Amino acid sequence: MSALLRRHMGALAVLLMLAGLSAPAAAERLVLSVSQDHVRITSNFTGAELVLFGVVEDAVTGPYDVALTVRGPGETAVTWRKSRVLGLWINTQSRTFLDVPSYLAIATSRPATAIAAPDVLRREQIGLERNMFVQRVGPDFADVVADDPYRAAFLRLKGAEGLYDEQPDGVRFLSATAFRATFQVPGRARTGTYEVSAQLFRDGQVVGRASTRFLIQKAGFEAQTAGFAEHHGLLYGLAVALGALAVGFIANLLFRRD
Amino acid sequence: MTIYLPIAELPVAMFTLFALGAAVGFVSGMFGVGGGFLMTPLLLFIGVPPAVAVASVSTHMAASSFSGALSYFRKGMVDLPLSGVMLAGGLTGTVAGVAVFTLLRALGQVDLVIGLSYVTLLSTLGLLMLSESLRAMARARSGRPAMVRRPGTRAWFLRMPLKMRFRRSRIYVSLIPVVGLGFIIGFLGALLGIGGGFMLVPALIYMLRVPTQTAIGTSLVLTLVTMCVATILQATVNGTVDAVLALILMIGGTMGAQFGARAGQGMRAEHLRLLLGLLVLGVGLRVGYDMVRTPPDLFDVTVQEQRGSPPPKAEPKS
Repeated sequence: MSALLRRHMGALAVLLMLAGLSAPAAAERLVLSVSQDHVRITSNFTGAELVLFGVVEDAVTGPYDVALTVRGPGETAVTWRKSRVLGLWINTQSRTFLDVPSYLAIATSRPATAIAAPDVLRREQIGLERNMFVQRVGPDFADVVADDPYRAAFLRLKGAEGLYDEQPDGVRFLSATAFRATFQVPGRARTGTYEVSAQLFRDGQVVGRASTRFLIQKAGFEAQTAGFAEHHGLLYGLAVALGALAVGFIANLLFRRD
Repeated sequence: MTIYLPIAELPVAMFTLFALGAAVGFVSGMFGVGGGFLMTPLLLFIGVPPAVAVASVSTHMAASSFSGALSYFRKGMVDLPLSGVMLAGGLTGTVAGVAVFTLLRALGQVDLVIGLSYVTLLSTLGLLMLSESLRAMARARSGRPAMVRRPGTRAWFLRMPLKMRFRRSRIYVSLIPVVGLGFIIGFLGALLGIGGGFMLVPALIYMLRVPTQTAIGTSLVLTLVTMCVATILQATVNGTVDAVLALILMIGGTMGAQFGARAGQGMRAEHLRLLLGLLVLGVGLRVGYDMVRTPPDLFDVTVQEQRGSPPPKAEPKS
């Protein structure tokens, strides 16, 4: 590379920096789309694969990095630790995680630590390790250090169920400005609203954001049964009990030997 | 082929569930017990949440006990007044059981209590059945006739006040132990997801001196009513009855029971009791072993509250 070109590059960089300073609202715009905005759970549902597409509009200059986070319906979860009491292993100590996502999946275009500085990642909550999990600690509410055994166990158990996942190279750039990522939602995932948030990075700084959402819902027979059970518990119970009696009666008639 | 269970909220292999129902049905048909004590642990093993497993097994038991009760009713082997009196205690017990279950779930100790109860109940009963059947076999070998009823002696609890005559069972006993027995069975049934037939039948035979066939028929009626009530209560209070799960179990169970009954008819009664004793003891020891051995994972996550939308993301603090 010639010295002349290098000087020009330097000038270009200064120019871009000035442009960046004069227009603090980033020029880039992030557009996000999910392959299915309505996942329907029917009787043969075993999970779903969702594809997220995104485009950087008005791209100034690359290269870009993208972090995608999918958060499922919130829940309060208790992590128990067993210990031996009188020879038996029983739940003795617990930590309560308040309002954490029941599903959490992160995909980044490169391993997160290569994208931005730790404080930026922490602020943007990118990665399982940096996502906030608020615990009740005595009278206070706070997140704890990443290597806290309860927090680590919580992440490990949710991960084993396929509900928490991190893909360090999950975002694939199809061109300089278009990308896609794939998320697996397991069959035991909760129903409800799932939120997808995306951050666009350039040179370790967030230059654009976007979010979208999709819905996982029971459909058809599953939806009717669950809805009936939830809204008319007594009637549902009576109907199920009567159904059981009918099955018993039919079985008795079918297999009657006298 | 998998099917999605709407209340348990998870997909399961339909054939696995059906086979499970059939296998437990076979056992229950063979030994004349409900099989809840086998079904509940097996459902937990395939990943069904404890609350849903216990509630849905109640529904399954309602179906199988109704089928059995009808047969005994036709043969005149049901003591309706006796089951009515026991029901007074049984229903109170069911309500108490559902309440205690809800409380234990909040305390995070459901597994411990269910586990301990299983170990205690099953090991004790298994040992009792085992020794009783071995003695019966020894008697048969030495050629002495089996004792049907011990004459004369009447236990103190049968001489308590409030006596009543039950014609079909040919007994004249105090109502207090009868109601108490019903309460214990109803309570354990709702708490542990077991019908209690395998406890109630021996209790009726050995404690109240009810004839064997009438004891089975009467116990089936009690199971039928308590399990129907447990189904309705669990559906209303906890919303944990899975109709799809229960239906598959019922169909597998009622079919399996027919084959089991046929297999059981070709066997001697004391051999049957020996096998049942071994089975009950085996399940008890297995549950006990799981509680004593070092678990593969010391941690466990349980979900307390659920919301329909994701938690609000904490705003970045800059």
